Amino acid sequence: MEARKIEFLVGVFVTAAIAAIVFLAMQVANNTDATRGETYTLYAKFDNIGGLKVRSPVKVGGVVVGRVSRITLDREYFEPLVEMRISVDFKGFPDTSSASILTSGLLGEQYIGLEPGFIDEDVFTLEHGDYIYNTNSAIVLENLIGQFLFSQGGD
Amino acid sequence: MIQFFQSIGRNTLDTVRGIGAASIMLAQALIGKPQPVKMFSLLMRQLYVVGVQSMLIILISGLFIGMVLGLQGYTILVDFGAEQALGPMVALSLLRELGPVVTALLFAGRAGSALTAEIGLMRATEQLSSLEMMAVDPLRRVVAPRFWAGFISMPLLAFMFSAVGIYGGYFVGVQWLGVDDGAFWSVMQSSVDWQHDVMNGFIKSVVFAVVVTWIALYKGYTAMPTSPGISAATTQTVVYSSLAVLGLDFVLTALMFG
Repeated sequence: MEARKIEFLVGVFVTAAIAAIVFLAMQVANNTDATRGETYTLYAKFDNIGGLKVRSPVKVGGVVVGRVSRITLDREYFEPLVEMRISVDFKGFPDTSSASILTSGLLGEQYIGLEPGFIDEDVFTLEHGDYIYNTNSAIVLENLIGQFLFSQGGD
Repeated sequence: MIQFFQSIGRNTLDTVRGIGAASIMLAQALIGKPQPVKMFSLLMRQLYVVGVQSMLIILISGLFIGMVLGLQGYTILVDFGAEQALGPMVALSLLRELGPVVTALLFAGRAGSALTAEIGLMRATEQLSSLEMMAVDPLRRVVAPRFWAGFISMPLLAFMFSAVGIYGGYFVGVQWLGVDDGAFWSVMQSSVDWQHDVMNGFIKSVVFAVVVTWIALYKGYTAMPTSPGISAATTQTVVYSSLAVLGLDFVLTALMFG
């Protein structure tokens, strides 16, 4: 087989591979992720994080604005401390905002729901490295059942 | 008793000697003054033999494996009312595991055995010795282009395998069994990460490419120059590279996703 034809077929081979990579990049993987590109960091302390994991989404009204980047335990009060990376496209949440750990669906994954608070002149916006103080912990089913049984017993 | 320990010792020494000889062969073939002009046409030819000729089997296997994943996944997921999860199931299992591993296994059978037989026969018919007589280093001339061709083409083949497999899963799941089209792609996109899933699969297939091509070339280069020798070397290539791929896959998976 002459060299021309071989080069042509190798060219077809490489083009098919590039087409496959482009297909995987555009159609299969998520490159419109809010955590791609520049981000800023916010922190929140919870009493209980339930099943929250690193890379869980942070949503405002269902829109993904960032992801959980680290989960540790606060050294002083032994509370779970969650570090979130929020896209710089969504800057300027007021510091009266609250963060809750919610579950998508009955058995779905857990995520952080960010609820923007009210704005007036002595409210600051959340900047890089700030803490969100209004937090609601994850609902733990066992605690809920315990409370229910306890309240039943009171009657 | 003494014979038992002796056989263990002999096997260990043989293994170590084999690994050392294989490393020296690869180093001598790859390290040296690059000759881009001469290498290019040799590499082209090997890319054709190793890559293009393996493309058909990879594409067809990928399509069928994707279709089977779609079918099997659907029958299980529909019991839980979670058939939207078919997209991520097909995509993740192809990108993380089946793409690199099955490509490497097929590549070992399709291209690795051919490389071993070709180089083994070159040794048996004393073509390698004649090259040396003409002051051409057979390692640089014969082994190096084949190694680079395998190194380049296997990751590309693995990408094609995954892409075609995902399309096969889409075909069965959405077109045939009626999973929602939008849910299939959007749930897949939200759970497949470029860095974590696609790139780790790529790293796997690069590692497998080195291992499979290396074993094939070494087995061919050191084959006994007789008919049974070449036949044994070809068998060993397929057996050793399949075992190496599956073993390394466990280690890499534990490191990447563990």
